[in-house]
This record gives sequence, C-alpha cells and structure tokens, in this order.
Amino acid sequence: MSNAVSQPGAIVAEHVTKVYEDIEHGEEVVALRDFNLTVQPQEFVAILGPSGCGKSTFLNIVAGFEPVTGGVVKVDGHAVTGPGADRGVVFQDFALFPWLTVQQNIEFGLRNQGMPSDQRASMAEGLIRLVHLEGCARRYPRELSGGMKQRVAIARVLATNSPILLMDEPFGALDALTRFAMQKQLLEIWEKHQKMVLFITHSIDEALYLADRVVILSARPGRILKVLEISDPRPRDLTSPSFNTMRAAALRLLEEEVNVASQAGAYVASTATA
Amino acid sequence: MSSISLPLAKRVDRPPRRRLRSLLKKILVPIVLVVLWEVAANAGMVDVRFIPAPTKVLAAWYQWIFGTQKTLGDPYVGTWALHALQSGYRVLLGFFFAGAVGILLGVLIGYFRLFGELVDPLLQMLRPIPITAWVPFAVIFFGIQTPSAVFLIALGAFFPIVVNTTAGVNRVPRSLIRAAQMLGTPNLKLLPRVILPAALPSIFTGLRVGVGMAWVLVVVSEMLAVKGGLGYVLWDSYYYMRMDIIIAAMLSIGLLGFVSDWLILQISNHVVRWNEGR
Repeated sequence: MSNAVSQPGAIVAEHVTKVYEDIEHGEEVVALRDFNLTVQPQEFVAILGPSGCGKSTFLNIVAGFEPVTGGVVKVDGHAVTGPGADRGVVFQDFALFPWLTVQQNIEFGLRNQGMPSDQRASMAEGLIRLVHLEGCARRYPRELSGGMKQRVAIARVLATNSPILLMDEPFGALDALTRFAMQKQLLEIWEKHQKMVLFITHSIDEALYLADRVVILSARPGRILKVLEISDPRPRDLTSPSFNTMRAAALRLLEEEVNVASQAGAYVASTATA
Repeated sequence: MSSISLPLAKRVDRPPRRRLRSLLKKILVPIVLVVLWEVAANAGMVDVRFIPAPTKVLAAWYQWIFGTQKTLGDPYVGTWALHALQSGYRVLLGFFFAGAVGILLGVLIGYFRLFGELVDPLLQMLRPIPITAWVPFAVIFFGIQTPSAVFLIALGAFFPIVVNTTAGVNRVPRSLIRAAQMLGTPNLKLLPRVILPAALPSIFTGLRVGVGMAWVLVVVSEMLAVKGGLGYVLWDSYYYMRMDIIIAAMLSIGLLGFVSDWLILQISNHVVRWNEGR
C-alpha cells in the first residue's frame, strides 16, 4: 500500500477523499474515503471493484480531470492540478476524434508539441505498425471496429511518450475474443515500452491476467480490501491451479461487496470474465 | 434547446435498374396528378381562370423566361432571370449574414457559460416572434428596398443557425475534450481543434434549416417590403389574376430552394464525411 517508498515518477495518493453532490436527490455521495495507494514507475497495477465503487473516479483524479475533495495525489512528487501529456489516458468509449483519420488521431498530441509534419508522419507510421493497423492510416474512426478503435487510442497516447498510461476499463466495450487479443497486445507494448499502467476493470480474470498487483476495492465508498501481488510469469495460464486459487479468493471478496451493495439497493456489479 | 434534424441523403450505390425503378416510384404520383389536372382543365371540369392547365402554365413560364416581346397584357415576358437573380441575391446576402452572426453567437453561447446565460434568454424571447411581425420595423428602417428584405431573411435564417450551433457546441462529448487535454492541448486551442469540428454536423443542420427559412422570407419580404424578385412577381400577377404566372413563380421558388438545400447538403457531405450518423 502507501507505506512503500516511492521512486521518482511514481503516483502517490495520500488520504484521497472524493465527495460528489447529487443535485437531483440533494445528498452527498462519497466515492472515495481516505484512499491511499502508491504505484511505482513501470509497474502494472489493476484496480478491481464492483461498479460504482469509485475506481474510475480515482483514475479521473490521477488524470487531472476531477479535483480531490480532500487529500492529495502526487505524480513524480508534484500534486496533480490538471490533465497533462505526462499521463496518457485510454477511455472505455475510445474518445477518438471522429473528424480525424487514424493517422491524424495518432499525431494529435505530437502537433501540440510542435513537431514538424514529416517527423509526425514517420512516428505515426511506426505506431500504426506497432498496433497492427497497417493500411488503415487514412480511415476515419467510424470505419473501424471497436478493437481497432482502441488500438488507435493506445497508439495515440504512446505517441506522446508519456511514462504513465491510465486505462479506464479500456476493453469493456469489446467482445470476449477481441478483448483477449487486446490484453496480449497490451502486455507486449507494456513490456517493450516500459510504462507504468494503472488499469481499471471490473473483470477478475482481466486483472489477474495483466497486472503485477491487483488492488481490490470495496463497494462505495471505495476502500482497499486487499492487494494481491502476482508474481506468476507472463504469459499467464488462465487455467492453471494457482490462477484458480487467486480467482476464487478475489471472487469471494467481491461477492461479499456485491451482496452488501445490492442489499443497500445499489446496482449489482457484474464480474464478467475476460 | 432543441435542434431540428433533417434526413441526410445517403450515398448508396444501387444497380441501375433498381435506381430507375426507385426514380419512377418517386415521380409516379406527381405525373398522374398533372395528367389528371390537364385532362380536367381541357374537359372544362375546373375553371381555368383559377386553375389553368399545366400546359398553359408551362407556356407562360417559357414566355416569362425566354420571351422577347412584351405586351400590354403580359408585362412579365422575358423578366424571369432578372427577378430570380434579385431573389437569389437577397437570399445569398441574408443567409451570409445569418450564417456569420449565427455561428459566431452560437459558439460563444455554447462555449462561454456566462455569455450564454446572459444572451441566450434574450434570443429565446425573440425567437417565437414571427419574422413577418418585423416587417413594419424593416420597412421603416430600411425602406421598400433590398436592405429591408435582407434584414428579414437574415433574421429568419439566424435563429435556426444559432440554436443548432449552440446545441452542437453543448453536445461535444466530455471525453473528447478530456482526450485533447491529456494529449497536451492548451485550453485556448480546444475551441478550434475540438469544439468547432465536433459541432460541425449540428452547424450544417442549422444552415440547411436556415436556407429554407431564407427562401420563405424572400417571398414574404418581396410581397410586402420590396418591388422586384420572384415573390414580387407572384403577388403582382395576382392583381392581374395571372394564375399561370403565379404557379410558375411558385415552382421557380421551390426549385431554387431545392437547389440551395442540395448545394449545402453536398458541401456538408464533403466537410463532415467522417460523421458517424451518416
């Protein structure tokens, strides 16, 4: 947890609290309470929890999209005050710019850096190859499948060379086979590019398959129930006995949370498999 | 804030025979009606003083466009191009002002919250006033001449453009703005790089509704506030009971309105060819 000594470039969340005003019902919703987490550079951390537990809220805070109500989030020693190109975000709904082609989407961040167009084009070409989208450079997002769109989104944040990737249920909208292929590709990219990945998911299998550490959150307000350290070498075998043991442990923890949440009348989270 | 959506023409490549059949289906009912009308007029079943036969209308229209000999009974011979140009010029000018001001204000209202809160209520109060109610003001300030017509046209086309532009800016998905921010886009550049392109489909919807309004209002203003143009001829020929010219004027206006809408649609289909809704 947060006791670990943070290295340069780490994300450190200290006593983070986030309270929303529910204007319709005139009440306050506590999404996160006294949340502490440190993620080291080049580490792959998955945050796993039932729907509405505040896991996406935490990612939005790290990304600088939403302010904290209390506590602080530091990236490389500096408190987060807003979004920045040092933290690339991959969204569940892809958030590609529909009026730009695949290549222009990938070059978007590079244009902000003022890179000349021939350099941008050659970088984009390399990234298009990396995410296996050869021949799609001039297509518009509407001409791509969900998996292809998310590969463009990943290439787009790799282009800016941010050391941190924040991924908010990035494969949640994809079908099971595409999802599995994307998970493998993501691991390849992560191993090659040595990035820190903070990965939000509600799929136990996805978290266990991908991450070095899986942080399991409670139902709202999100507290850390358990942190699973996974030292199994990659690629991991989803059918191995040790994988099953971890899966069972995670499932037990989450089931209790879902029961508590459903008794409270909250939406029951699905623990869909990868 | 409501926006009006129009069906967009879809580019579907159909085999030629099917396309021919689809065209025939579209024009079958109008053709049958025109034939019945012709037969009824020739058989004396309708009073041709009020409803002249289609052939008579076509002949009058032809004379209006290509005729060279003006007579005392037919002052319109050969004047079609002049009147069409006058109307077209007014529409173009009014539509240009409406587009420029409407898009600018729409973006400001949608993007700058305070500006929107201050200005939008005023627009919503003015919007329900029928444009025809502005005619006295237009005539007093601009006289019975072109500026008066341009003012009315611009006012009428302005409202759908500003409303749709505002809606388009308001509807830009938050995730697109966040995506641009996390890619290092400075706040000042969000407008040209994200907000404007994302709002383009709505802006074009507003322009299409606006150009339709422009043709409605050019006729109204030429009937009431200027001398000259297709709307003027339509009203003037009514005094002479020239129903053939009236119908020819109606068809001319409809045709020009259709062509302007088609032109904007072509531009729109090119500019927002990326649009997912298409």
